Amino acid sequence: MTTTGTTRQGGPALEAAQRLLADLPASPAVWCSGLRKRYRRQTAVDGVSFTVGRGEVIGLLGPNGAGKTSVIKILLGLVRPDAGEVLLLGQPARDPHARARVGYLPELFRYQPWLSAAEVLALHVRLAGAAVPARERRECLALVGLADRAGDRVGGFSKGMQQRLGLAVALVARPELVVLDEPTSALDPIGRADVRDLLLSLKDRRVAVLLNSHLIGEVERVCDRVIILDRGRVVESGTLPELLGRRELRLRLDGVTAQAEARLSAAGELTRSGSSFTVKLPAEQDTTTVPDLVADLVGLGVRIHAVEPARISLEERLLDILRTGPGEERR
Amino acid sequence: MILRAVLTVAALTLQEAARRRVLRSLAVLTVLLLALSAWGFSRLDAEFGGLTSGEARVAGSTVLNLVMFGLSLIAALGTAFLAGPTLAGEIESGIALAIMTRPIHRGAVLVGKWLGLVVFGSGFVTVAGFAQFLIVRATVDYWPPQPVTGLALLAGQTTALLTLGLLLSTAISPMASGIVAVGLFGATWIAGVVGSVGAALDNDSVARVGTVSRMLLPTDGLWRGAMNSFQDPALLLQVGSGIDESPFLSMAPLTAGYLAWAGLWVAVVLGLAGLAFQRRDM
Repeated sequence: MTTTGTTRQGGPALEAAQRLLADLPASPAVWCSGLRKRYRRQTAVDGVSFTVGRGEVIGLLGPNGAGKTSVIKILLGLVRPDAGEVLLLGQPARDPHARARVGYLPELFRYQPWLSAAEVLALHVRLAGAAVPARERRECLALVGLADRAGDRVGGFSKGMQQRLGLAVALVARPELVVLDEPTSALDPIGRADVRDLLLSLKDRRVAVLLNSHLIGEVERVCDRVIILDRGRVVESGTLPELLGRRELRLRLDGVTAQAEARLSAAGELTRSGSSFTVKLPAEQDTTTVPDLVADLVGLGVRIHAVEPARISLEERLLDILRTGPGEERR
Repeated sequence: MILRAVLTVAALTLQEAARRRVLRSLAVLTVLLLALSAWGFSRLDAEFGGLTSGEARVAGSTVLNLVMFGLSLIAALGTAFLAGPTLAGEIESGIALAIMTRPIHRGAVLVGKWLGLVVFGSGFVTVAGFAQFLIVRATVDYWPPQPVTGLALLAGQTTALLTLGLLLSTAISPMASGIVAVGLFGATWIAGVVGSVGAALDNDSVARVGTVSRMLLPTDGLWRGAMNSFQDPALLLQVGSGIDESPFLSMAPLTAGYLAWAGLWVAVVLGLAGLAFQRRDM
């Protein structure tokens, strides 16, 4: 997005306008609103809106058929939405130039089998209109562990190697936004660890990442925010502390009177199963809630066998949301 | 920017044709056909020994058209079966996904593919056709009156068919698009033959079959124009008004109007392919 050419032609007013624009905070990496897509009678995407900030790593989660890949394809112009708008790096996605600084690893990754790995990268650099020297392209291949296979035809690559090549393709044209659709589906545990390191290094370089992955642990480790899709809708989104901040206290008690139960309920939402009690605690950490509760229970004559504070994992939270819908909780 | 994308994709298409054994199998087929024709032409003289130079020219000219038809068939089959997979196949396999998310218009990708295939098809027709001319010259000492025009029309025929193949491949599966394109090519040729039979019998409605089919798909019309450029003008005088066109004899060169129509036809079909491709979900 160079402005020098137009600056030369335009007057001082244009220059001032451009200065004003330059002073504005950078537009988000992805902004989409009201995306809708139907395939015949099947609604794949139903009113999806979200934003990915610059340098932010966002995880897209949801069950199979939730519409995650459809949303990604709409963002990248591969699928035409029935309704809705998309801005990529501040430009309307209808204009192909909006994708100049976008890298993409598709879920279905295949590259020209008659080209070598180095030639595939050179092709993508040319199509992206970027000037990436051969040394940098080689480094990109080395980054995904394909340095010594640069000259080999892609047709001879294993699935895992093709996925690694796909990562290199997504990263080679110096992207500001990287969209990764199931980036580790064909990778061994070492490859997965490599991808995690790669994601963290992108985060350090302030490259925005939209990550669609079934590996919740992966998402939990690297993502700043999570968007959960189900049946084509966003059912929940927020930062990890927002989604997972809730703690709970598991207790094994006997001699619980109605009074004691009321005291437990006062601490948080209570579920009981025999002598096991679970109390949902508020998100904010404090040092008094748990000791006070225990002291009060003892005072009420309750016999305490076990007290176990626990943190809710993203997986539990995801299952909870998908089973019961957003907002409400079941436990 | 758009031009760079078009040229990059065109170069990629040529590279694909060269590396995917298409070129090799085409080369083998062509060499086989050329060798057979060389042998046939040399026998022509030996078998009918003592042909007058005029007779040799007539024979050479007729057989040349026959062999050129074989070459045009190879070119048509080759490019039609290349055109289908190159677009629909890449969408099916997922190769297109990474390409199409680059900052390029889909139309540029389509035109790039088309351009690559046109260069490939025309290059093949030119090289193989020219080799055939040399063979005919060496064996029966015949040189066609308008070799360049003829080869250009053959290239045009290949272009028309591969453009149709591209349009079909935006709607149906890669293999089916190749088969339908080649089927239509054959059907138009047969309709052309039927039309010339109608013309010979002075039956206007039968003759119209050929005319209409030549308008709908200009491959046969362009082929007839190419034949006219390859054959000896003396042959037409000899045949005179006794019979009209035959599958391997063309009475008149193409009109400028028909050439313009063929050009427009290719542009419209390519435009339709572009529209269909633009709207397609991947």
